[in-house]
Amino acid sequence: MLLYLSKRLMMMVPMLIGITLISFMVIHLAPGEPTDLQTDLNPEASVEMKERLRAQYGLDQPLYVQYGQWLGRLARLDFGESFSQDRRPVFDKITERLPITILINVLSIGLILAVSVPIGILSAVKRNSPFDRGTTIFVFLGFAMPSFWLALLLMDFFGVRLGIFPISGLRSIGYEYMGPVQQFFDALHHLILPVFISAFGGLAGFSRYMRSNMLEVIRQDYILTARAKGLPERVVIYRHALRNALLPVITILGLSVPGLIGGSVIFETIFAIPGMGKLFYDGVMMRDYPLIMGILVIGAILTLIGNLLADVGYALADPRIRKG
Amino acid sequence: MRILIVLFLFLITACSQQDGTVPAEGDAAKPAHGDTILMGSIGEPSTLLPVLAADSASSDINGLVYTGLVRYDKDLVIEGDLAESWEISADNRTITFHLRKDVTWHDGAPFTAEDVMFTYQLYIDPETPTAYAERYRQVSKAEVVDPYTYRVHYEKPLATALISWSLGIHPKHLLEGQEITKSPLARKPVGTGPFRFVKWDAGEKVVLESNPSYYEGEPNIHRVVYRIIPDQSTMFLELRSNGIDYMGLTPLQYTDQTDTPNFKRNFNKYSYMAFAYTYLGYNLRKPMFQDKRVRHALSYAIDKQELVDGVLLGLGQAANSPYKPDTWPYNPNVRQFPYDPDQARALLEEAGWIDSDNDGVRDKDGEPLAFTIVTNQGNEQRIRTGEIVQRRFREVGVDVKLRVIEWASFLKEFINPGNFDATILGWSVSLDPDSYNIWHSSKTRPGELNFVNFQNAEVDDLLERGRRTYDQAERKRIYDRLQEILAEEQPYTWLYVPDSLPVVGKRFRGIEPAPAGIMYNFDKWWVPASEQRYKR
Repeated sequence: MLLYLSKRLMMMVPMLIGITLISFMVIHLAPGEPTDLQTDLNPEASVEMKERLRAQYGLDQPLYVQYGQWLGRLARLDFGESFSQDRRPVFDKITERLPITILINVLSIGLILAVSVPIGILSAVKRNSPFDRGTTIFVFLGFAMPSFWLALLLMDFFGVRLGIFPISGLRSIGYEYMGPVQQFFDALHHLILPVFISAFGGLAGFSRYMRSNMLEVIRQDYILTARAKGLPERVVIYRHALRNALLPVITILGLSVPGLIGGSVIFETIFAIPGMGKLFYDGVMMRDYPLIMGILVIGAILTLIGNLLADVGYALADPRIRKG
Repeated sequence: MRILIVLFLFLITACSQQDGTVPAEGDAAKPAHGDTILMGSIGEPSTLLPVLAADSASSDINGLVYTGLVRYDKDLVIEGDLAESWEISADNRTITFHLRKDVTWHDGAPFTAEDVMFTYQLYIDPETPTAYAERYRQVSKAEVVDPYTYRVHYEKPLATALISWSLGIHPKHLLEGQEITKSPLARKPVGTGPFRFVKWDAGEKVVLESNPSYYEGEPNIHRVVYRIIPDQSTMFLELRSNGIDYMGLTPLQYTDQTDTPNFKRNFNKYSYMAFAYTYLGYNLRKPMFQDKRVRHALSYAIDKQELVDGVLLGLGQAANSPYKPDTWPYNPNVRQFPYDPDQARALLEEAGWIDSDNDGVRDKDGEPLAFTIVTNQGNEQRIRTGEIVQRRFREVGVDVKLRVIEWASFLKEFINPGNFDATILGWSVSLDPDSYNIWHSSKTRPGELNFVNFQNAEVDDLLERGRRTYDQAERKRIYDRLQEILAEEQPYTWLYVPDSLPVVGKRFRGIEPAPAGIMYNFDKWWVPASEQRYKR
């Protein structure tokens, strides 16, 4: 097992370099440069000034030199400085936005699991019942509905008309003057709508997945055996069937690890939440290469680790894989 | 029971509405200190050092934290700010500024001419990544005469020299000897302005508070909070639920969505001409546009009022010049191109464009009169303008395609290399009429702003004289002539000047719309003590 692990970890290094190389090339294929924001259509910027700015950012160097420099810095765990006008370290820009994105994603995945696993089980057990049909319609409604549209409707209804939820942002204006308990509830209050919206769209995938897993397991011989032994249906479903049906969920959870740091631009824009999605989007729009690369590298590492965790977790949970 | 409560609430609000309409009673007439104004901002500021900032969110905040030597007053006349007075030498090549002696930085250090000198050197330093060095590179010599006198010399007279000193002055004692891009002041600014910095929550808000030692008196409003809300619809919902007190509206929000009694009770809407115009520019490198009659015909074919009504919902006006109609450089007596499709058809025929194969599109020498208008993604007004123009052109037998392209590609692939037929774009209008960079024939290289390749010897001469002349009457003559030529040549069809549509909570008093807009006296706005919403 250790040998396997170390082999997998070793393999990640060339894979990571490959990913960064391709990413670096692709983002430089897009027309435009970080200095454009300051100089394009700016009556005050002369051609000489533009050249000088480019040189300051190192953009006058050939692409392979730029990549080499970037990789060299990365090897020393330095993500470099953002090319946007604030010139802050990429690491700082990412870490100040990471907590809120992870928090919302964890809450939302938790909510999705808490709702869709029972839905999946019940609709598999009561296949084609009104409950099954009803929840199917409900989860697909969530899947199909544009989240920004639903978000705006809910904001208008709960925020403007009823005035019971804040519309956007993370904290109230008087947050600094509140006690810790009040602060906690204020933050919670602000999170309800965004977490609901981000979870609603994800219900469909998970609950359908759970449902089909469950259906497959229920048809297995060992379930038949369990029933033949005369076990109560509850025990058959929750002890024998559910355990096996949950196995593939490990894979999905592993694969959703990189998703934890990714935010949705539309969602964050609508709720005015300073998360990773907006950071990445703005980075791309500004051609802020170090920032884009920084986020991509973290995403790539998490994807590779997530895959590894999924494989290892699966092996731990399922003896057939471990021994096979 | 519930109905009773609703009725009761309605009565309360109805009463307070009546109170609000009776002016000059009790404390409602007397400026009071206190309260917080929540401003909605689409973008997050990038840096709070004016030398590095290029985005509007940063400039808005920097404008409250920093001050310059001079500024425009409400009627757009230059007045002293940090400079008490100034003298311009007889040859117009030297300006001597006399600085105020009662100014301190927000950290208490005194402000002197050394700070002005430092700011100047900061701008021209090749190590400073700024796009705004050009205006100070014309300075041949700058000197600190004494701690409160600062003098600059120019090689040649420069009409924009005085107003170029309106840029925010940076504190020498905090920035000297540091790498400007690494300065902590970019996120924690120290200036001389009416408001001082309190805190910045990344992606959320920037908080400022009134500066008690501001040299023109402490502002009335105690706190200013810029809330960063990247979505226009969310911002509007926040406005309606009192989450913000100030934002700029879209025409649709202005006309339809704010036309309720409840909204009018809580907010004041303003509208005045923006410092901007939208135009259709013709690439004069293309043979089809080199014939002036074709450009005239296209201008006649466009119904500008229709654009104002359809795109801006009436909140704007038709344009025919690159200057703002209520400012001094504007010349109303230039050739006009009213909507006249018959005239357009006649001109096209005169130019030899005839529909010989009866396919609805004019042609000449086997070539159809067809071209593509490009514009950038993300600006709905420009796209809708393009669609309306497209239909009007088709009516006079011109086949037009509309292409909408992402901003960076739009500039790199189409505008900068001059690789387009026609484009719908807008310029923001600066207060000084010098538009050398947009119309001078030397500014046609890739990436420069005369991308329509307009070349006219008389215009070149006018532009050169205009920027070297100090006398406003003389400059007026120069720019009047410039506008006559531009109107006759029609390198652009000027389309419209949109309105700025700010909305402010009704509890804020002292707002007096003027040619400069409403923000020029922001430090004098106030809220009557009884209506103040935020006590801390």
